[in-house]
Parts: sequence; C-alpha cells; structure tokens
Amino acid sequence: MKNLSKNKAVINGSASVLSILIGFGFSFLVLLISNAPYSFVGLTTLLLGGFNGGMQGIGNVLYTAGPIILTGLAVGFAFKTGLFNIGATGQFIIGAFTAVYVGVRWTFLPVEIHWVVALLAAFIAGGLWALIPGILKAYRNVNEVISSIIMNYIGLYLVNYMIKITIFDPTKNQALMPTRAYLPVYGLDKIFTNSSINVGFFIAVLMAIIAYIILEKTTFGYELKACGFNRFAAEYAGINSKRNIWLSMVISGCFAGLAGGVMYLAGSARYFEIIDLLLQYPEGFTGISVALLGLSNPIGIIFAGIFIGYIKIGGFYLQWYPIMPEIVDLMVAVIIYLSALSFFFRAKIVYVLRKFEAKK
Amino acid sequence: MNIIYFVVQNSFLFIVPLMIVALGGMFSERSGVINIALEGIMIIGAFFGIFFIRLFSGTMPDQVLIIVAMLVSITMGVIYSLFHAYASINMKANQTISGTALNLFAAAFTIYTAKVLVGAKQIDFKNTFRIAKVPLLGDIPVIGDFFFKNTYLFTYIGLALLLLSSYVLFKTRFGLRLRACGEHPQAADAAGINVTRMRYAGVMISGALAGLGGLVLIVPITTNFSGDVLGYGFLALAVLIFGQWKPSNIFFAAVFFGVTSTISNVASIIPFLAVLKLPSAVYKILPYLATLVVLTFTSKKSAAPKAAGEPYDQGKR
Repeated sequence: MKNLSKNKAVINGSASVLSILIGFGFSFLVLLISNAPYSFVGLTTLLLGGFNGGMQGIGNVLYTAGPIILTGLAVGFAFKTGLFNIGATGQFIIGAFTAVYVGVRWTFLPVEIHWVVALLAAFIAGGLWALIPGILKAYRNVNEVISSIIMNYIGLYLVNYMIKITIFDPTKNQALMPTRAYLPVYGLDKIFTNSSINVGFFIAVLMAIIAYIILEKTTFGYELKACGFNRFAAEYAGINSKRNIWLSMVISGCFAGLAGGVMYLAGSARYFEIIDLLLQYPEGFTGISVALLGLSNPIGIIFAGIFIGYIKIGGFYLQWYPIMPEIVDLMVAVIIYLSALSFFFRAKIVYVLRKFEAKK
Repeated sequence: MNIIYFVVQNSFLFIVPLMIVALGGMFSERSGVINIALEGIMIIGAFFGIFFIRLFSGTMPDQVLIIVAMLVSITMGVIYSLFHAYASINMKANQTISGTALNLFAAAFTIYTAKVLVGAKQIDFKNTFRIAKVPLLGDIPVIGDFFFKNTYLFTYIGLALLLLSSYVLFKTRFGLRLRACGEHPQAADAAGINVTRMRYAGVMISGALAGLGGLVLIVPITTNFSGDVLGYGFLALAVLIFGQWKPSNIFFAAVFFGVTSTISNVASIIPFLAVLKLPSAVYKILPYLATLVVLTFTSKKSAAPKAAGEPYDQGKR
C-alpha cells in the first residue's frame, strides 16, 4: 500500500472510475438543461441501472453483457497485439448469420448439441472473416483499421444477400428463427424471473478467462504482447511477428463471431432485418467502448461489459419517465472520449498521489 | 439516353458529398492527424444545417437559405472537430479512440436533441433546393442534360472545392507546410513551422468540409434526417485512401464509388445490366472490394502521409 503512485492497477483503475464519474456528471448536466424537472430522478435511475428492475433487471444486465463482453474481448485482444480491430462489427454479423443459418438449416443434428455446433460455426466464421485483414496487415502492411472498416460493409451486404437467398421467410417478411438451437437456460430464469437471461453470459466469462490465460500465462501470449509493444524489437528477438499479427486478428475475430452467435441464438433476440445499416448491429462498436473501459485486460473487460450492460438497462428504465434512453449512449461516448485522454488523467493521478505520499 | 442522363444526374448526389468529405479527410491526414470522426462530424453538420432549414424554410429565397444552411453546417463541423484536434494534438491521445468517441457522441447527441426539440427521432424538412434547369447552360444539348438539369448548387460548389483544395495543397505556402507536418513534423518544426497550429488547421478544414458534406448528402436524398449519414463518413475514408491522398485521384475514386452505388440502386432498369441479373449486392460490394485490392497492391509503398496518426513529440527531433 506504500507506493500507490507506482501501482499501475490503482492508477489505471482510478482513471477509469474518474472518467465514469465525469460521464455521470455530464449526463446529469444534460438532463438539467433539457429536462430539469426530471433530472434528479433521471440521475438516480441511471445510477441504479439494472437494479431498478430487481432480479429481472439484474438478469437482463447479464444477458446484455454477454455479447458485448465478447466483442470487447475481440477488440481488447487485438489491442494487446497493437492492432485496432474496428471490424468486430463485421465479424459479429458474419458470426450471427452463420449461427442462425446452422440453427435453422442443419436440423439433421441431434437437438442437444445443435446450439453448440451453431456457436462453434459462428466462432469459426468470425475468425475467418478477420483472417483477411490479418493477412493483409501481416504480409502487405495494409492498415487494419481501413481494411476492417471495408470488411464491415462487405460483410453487411453479403449477409443481407445471404439471408435473402437462404433463411428468409417471405410470408412473415423476416428471417427464420433458429428455434431448435437456442442457447440453454439451465433454470437461470427461475432465479432471474421474467428476464431474458441464458447461458451466454457464462460463455463470455469463460472466454475472458481463456483469453487471460493465453495472454498472461503462455509463451504465445507473451509473443503477441511483444509484437504489440514493438513489432521490430519482437522480430529482432526471433519472434515471428507476421504469424502473430494474423493469428491475433483471427482469435479476435473468433470472439466477435461468437458474440454474434450468442446474441442471435436466443428467443428474445432481434430477428434479422435486411437493411443496409451497420448500426443495427451496435454490439461491435460497443465492444470498442468495453475494451477501452476495461483497459484491454480480459478481466477488466468482464467488469466493463457488466457496467455497460448495467447502464444500458438503466437507460431502458428511464422510459418510465419522459427521458430519452439515448442519454446512456451520450454518457458512454463521453466516457470513451475521456478514456482517450487517459494519458493525461493518469499523469494527474500520479501527481496527486505523489503529493499525498510526500505529505506522509 | 434518358436512363444514362438519369444515372449521371443521380450519381452526382453521391459523388459530390463523398468527394467533399474525402477532401476534408485529406487535409487532416496530410497534416498528420487521422480523422476517423468524419462520420460523426457529417452527422453534426447535417443535423444543424437541416434544423436551420426547418426553422427558416420560406423566410428567404431557397438558394439563399441553402447557402446560409451550408455556412451553419460548416461552422458546426469546425467546432465539433476541435474536440478531435484538442485530444489528438494537445493531449496526444490515441486518434482512433478519440475519433470513435466523437462518432458515438454525434449519433447519440442528434437523436437525443431531436427527440427533445422535435419530439421524434426524425427531423422533417422541405427540400425546395432542386434546380430543374440551370438558365442558358441547361439548354446546351447533351452536356446540358448531363450537368445542368435536375441538379443542386452543391455540385458546382463541390467542383470548386476540388479545384481549390488542389491549388491550396500544392501551390501555396500553407499547403507545403501542411504536408511537411504530415510527413516529417520534426523537420517542419526545425524549419520554424508551428506544427500544432498547422495540425489544428488541417483538422478544422476537415471539420468544415465534413460538416458541409453531411448536409450535401442528406438534403437531396431524403426529407427527414434521422441521425445518421448511412456510413458515408467511413466510405469517404475509403475514397480518400483509394484516391491515394491526392485531390485529382480522390475525384476519380468518388466518381467510381458514386456511380457503382447509383447502379446498385437502379441496375434492374438499365437494359444491359438487367440482362446479367446480378444481385444488387454485387454492385454494393464492388467499390469496397476494389478499394481492398488497390490497398493490397499499393500499401508496401503507400502514399499515406508518413506521420499520420502519430502525436507530435518534440523530443524526437
């Protein structure tokens, strides 16, 4: 406890907490300006988040957190290797479609393992989709931000077309639902009554733990991180940086694809709509927020995902009052902007802590 | 012939905003700041411009109204881009993260504000700005039909901006200094150029053009703005890279993207394409695929500004 100013976890954590507090302050200010009579009740609802709805609310927080923890892992894992996978959205879409396709069409599978196969297919499909920007980055030095933005749009248009020719139900004007491959609930709905919870959240946590083990406890993870810090130094130390770059993208894509599967293999999920709009799949972009808030650390990402889920559900309960739920998105955006400035925050926190320690 | 006129006239609706926004991105990246927030700035520009049109519709002549609205969009675009400039230049923040935050904020802000002010996500407005035929020029055979009928003031402003950008970037002292800051800011600084100021200029120009581009995109294609610009900010980034950070190439890239996206909408009524019976997804994917291929073969010796994306560190001189 002596050298707080040198403890990285404390500094990073308090920078995140500070960003979040300012975020809440900002949304309160917005409420004061736009909707003064409801500003206090709005703030308390926001702060109470998922707890507003009791066990149902908590169940829904975990349900919402599942896919965004996974997309957060996708973005965070790539960050560790120095790559910005803004293509999580595209990998999410591809994964979601593959899962639903397998769920609807592969009825020859035994019903017990149908959902497992569908998730596995989503996992692999997401990884393959990320392989393209990965290979381009490793061997042709193509900026992965641009190539994965492009892959997002190609994925969107491709999936919209594939839905139309494979799993579209023209009588209902929507995609068929993968009813046979829904994720199991294992009695969780008894604890969190009336909520949409399923096993998805626990799959996400398991994946986070696996990601943690890969990054922190294996040689491979060490090599990945080394490439992230300095590609050329890693190369000089005998690490095959090219292979690590595309592998890291693939693993990242697997997480994002799995997120799509987890999201869409549920009765409470949205059904596919054939609209050329990436924003109908916000989980990919939310993953960026989750990864940034969780400081790209898999365990941090679990908490960041729960936090974002928590305030999103809080936003849902804001509709009890004449308050727009978009205030939650505003708040998240402010928090992300502040976390971009975290360099500055961390320096300030170290400064304050040092002063404090000097006094003692 | 009528179909060709129709396709050309329609293509301009996509070419012009894509080109304007990509030119904006060019100024920012040439100064050394990657601006992934183009999408968000477009949304902000479109929001304020459209809201202005809604408020003042009918109080002044149409073409005057649209000019003032454009100025509103430009101003708000510049103001919004300052957040990106501050984060990435003063605070040396990660430019991609700051840009992402600005994109998220813009989308949420417009929807929230629209719901508070108008009571709905969509902001309706009257589009009274179409020019059916430009006097005199519209009477020229063929050329008149292509370029001076069913058009908007935007088309000509866009072309003027293209020429102006090219001139500013390559023929003025300012342009030379801006490019120096994007290629080698340490050398520029040593030569007495204020890197911070030049980068601010680059980002603010991108804010102005992206804000304008948002309005230019939305006005012709819809009568209600619902807080998004259909991913055209990201598309403009692709145009910028496809155009290899050069104004003339950006123009051709924008034409390519604009024509293919128009064709994707109307392929079924163009006789020789209708015969092929290709799904419209092919035309939608085509420009993206082409960009990816171009990137694959040019990235080894990329024309990208060398210092784009790196905060300027004086200690590295």
